[in-house]
Amino acid sequence: MGELRLMKGNEAIAEAAIRCGCDAYFGYPITPQSEILEYLTLENPEPITGMVVLQAESEIAAINMVYGSSACGKKAMTSSSSPGISLKQEGISYIAGAELPALIVNVVRGGPGLGTIQPSQSDYFQSVKGGGHGDYKLIVLAPNSVQEQYDFVSLGFELAFKYRNPVLILSDGAIGQMMEKVELTDYIPRLSDEEVIKRTGSWATHGKPESRKHNIITSLNLQPEPQEQHNHHLQAKYKEIEEHELRYEKFHCEDAEYVFVAYGTSSRLCQKAIQLGRAKGLKLGMIRPITLFPYPTNPIKKAAKKAKAFLSVEMSAGQMVEDVRLAVNGKRPVEHYGRYGGMIPMPDEILEAMEELIAKVEKKAQKKAEKKAKKKAEKKAKKLAKKEKE
Amino acid sequence: MITIEDIIKEENKVFSKTKLLTDKTFSYCPGCGHGVAHRIIMEVIEEMGINEQTIGVAPVGCSVLAYDFMDVDMQQAAHGRAPAVATGISRVFPEKYVFTYQGDGDLAAIGTAETIHACSRAENIVIFFINNGIYGMTGGQMAPTTLVGMKTSTSPHGRDLHNMGFPIKITEMVAQLDGVQFVTRQSVHTPSAVRKTKKAVKKAFENIKNKKGVSFIEIVSNCNSGWKMTPVKSNEWMEENMFPVYPLGDIKG
Repeated sequence: MGELRLMKGNEAIAEAAIRCGCDAYFGYPITPQSEILEYLTLENPEPITGMVVLQAESEIAAINMVYGSSACGKKAMTSSSSPGISLKQEGISYIAGAELPALIVNVVRGGPGLGTIQPSQSDYFQSVKGGGHGDYKLIVLAPNSVQEQYDFVSLGFELAFKYRNPVLILSDGAIGQMMEKVELTDYIPRLSDEEVIKRTGSWATHGKPESRKHNIITSLNLQPEPQEQHNHHLQAKYKEIEEHELRYEKFHCEDAEYVFVAYGTSSRLCQKAIQLGRAKGLKLGMIRPITLFPYPTNPIKKAAKKAKAFLSVEMSAGQMVEDVRLAVNGKRPVEHYGRYGGMIPMPDEILEAMEELIAKVEKKAQKKAEKKAKKKAEKKAKKLAKKEKE
Repeated sequence: MITIEDIIKEENKVFSKTKLLTDKTFSYCPGCGHGVAHRIIMEVIEEMGINEQTIGVAPVGCSVLAYDFMDVDMQQAAHGRAPAVATGISRVFPEKYVFTYQGDGDLAAIGTAETIHACSRAENIVIFFINNGIYGMTGGQMAPTTLVGMKTSTSPHGRDLHNMGFPIKITEMVAQLDGVQFVTRQSVHTPSAVRKTKKAVKKAFENIKNKKGVSFIEIVSNCNSGWKMTPVKSNEWMEENMFPVYPLGDIKG
């Protein structure tokens, strides 16, 4: 077992970056994620590992610094919270278009606008569905513990380089700020320049040797035909990612009649709600997406064969619920329960929302059964009357 | 009779294109200064023998395709963000020669913050700033460096001081920052101007070698298409109107 440490979620991200051989972090302060930049500047890894840590003049500058570093084949990352991620979206679109392996962390706070500094999950749309311009996808990882915050940094870089695609860790202010036990991994040394060139020489900018053509990092095509081709290539890549990188977790789904769908902090709250519900004899379960792209569409679709209804629980006005509905495709009722603007729901109010859904579904089923029975009785009576007439 | 074959001989050669310019035809309008500026920069990189260590950053604007012509590793940056992108390159490859090549809209409007802060941080890079007082690529709109009274497609009656304010002398602003080692304003419209600019470019890349921080080279240039003039007339107009507002010469270092 590795070294155990009690850490804040944000600190876990910073420590993971140092330990997984990250080459550069570019940040800008914004609550509730400033500890990432603070921790890294305090630890000051540059003299020891050579990892660059730099406070940029804006979120926009930070994401463009990431563009520059990752276009050199280096492991570069940035982090921010919702309003800052809005500012980064232009750069993220360029990074996706130029196919660069960057890591972005979004520790979500309530919005819209300046919103609040408290936790929220109202960035599902802007993090999972694009956010910036153009047809692109990020690989999105949704941690629900400080341990996962830590683990997903290294996993994020692995996936980013595997597919030459930006990866986003979609966290929230609760996971960023809370303290939990973390099992640390051993230090992985940063790659040397020679190793970076060997690994990324076919595309990255390292300085052009005589032996190859110049490498160009761009997202521009002035002609539509090659740009359509490039889009075809991107879509094929996203399909491959969907086929190979889906991660999700089932919780008490074996006999579940009613299923929560929740990620991040909400999934922790649903766990407790399930526990409370099961004590009352309710057969509750949960599907927790760990990757939000790719999304566990098929597992939810499969679960819809057995389950009677789904409740999507999010700290938002209902964003991910759209994907649950698409997966269930009208076969079962799908409802949303959420608190937002920085509010976190309590497990008992989540359970209450589920009980309301159960009551609604059961009432409908009962009505349907009554209607069926009535019809049957009427038919029987008609038949009897006919017989009597004869 | 002397044939063409008699003339094309090594000993008669007076000029050859640097190998660091590709054979791709420039997308620039005939008479535009971009081509000359490209050539000077690439010549210096070749002469210094640093091409295998050089990474350039192209902007958004007429020179967005600079990477098609410059035969070194290149990145294309979002509009105005070239100094941030160059920071990202230079920080992970501190031994490399990193430069940005930007126009006035890119550097002095949308990218003002990135310009000022990269300069302030003393990033070890060269910034080339091509100032022709207009947004050329998008069809000749008003730029931050458009002169007062100058007509563009978005100041069709001339830049009005009361409505549109003053042109920005960003080169003078940058010269005040401690992180900047060398600031100069040059042009490329005459042979002597080309020689002076080339000298400045060489000094700038030597500053990178000696880790001296930012070198900032403004090249006041023409945009004959955007200004709706012949190339010759545009160069005359530049001397008469641009140079009094943007005087040539070294400003710092």
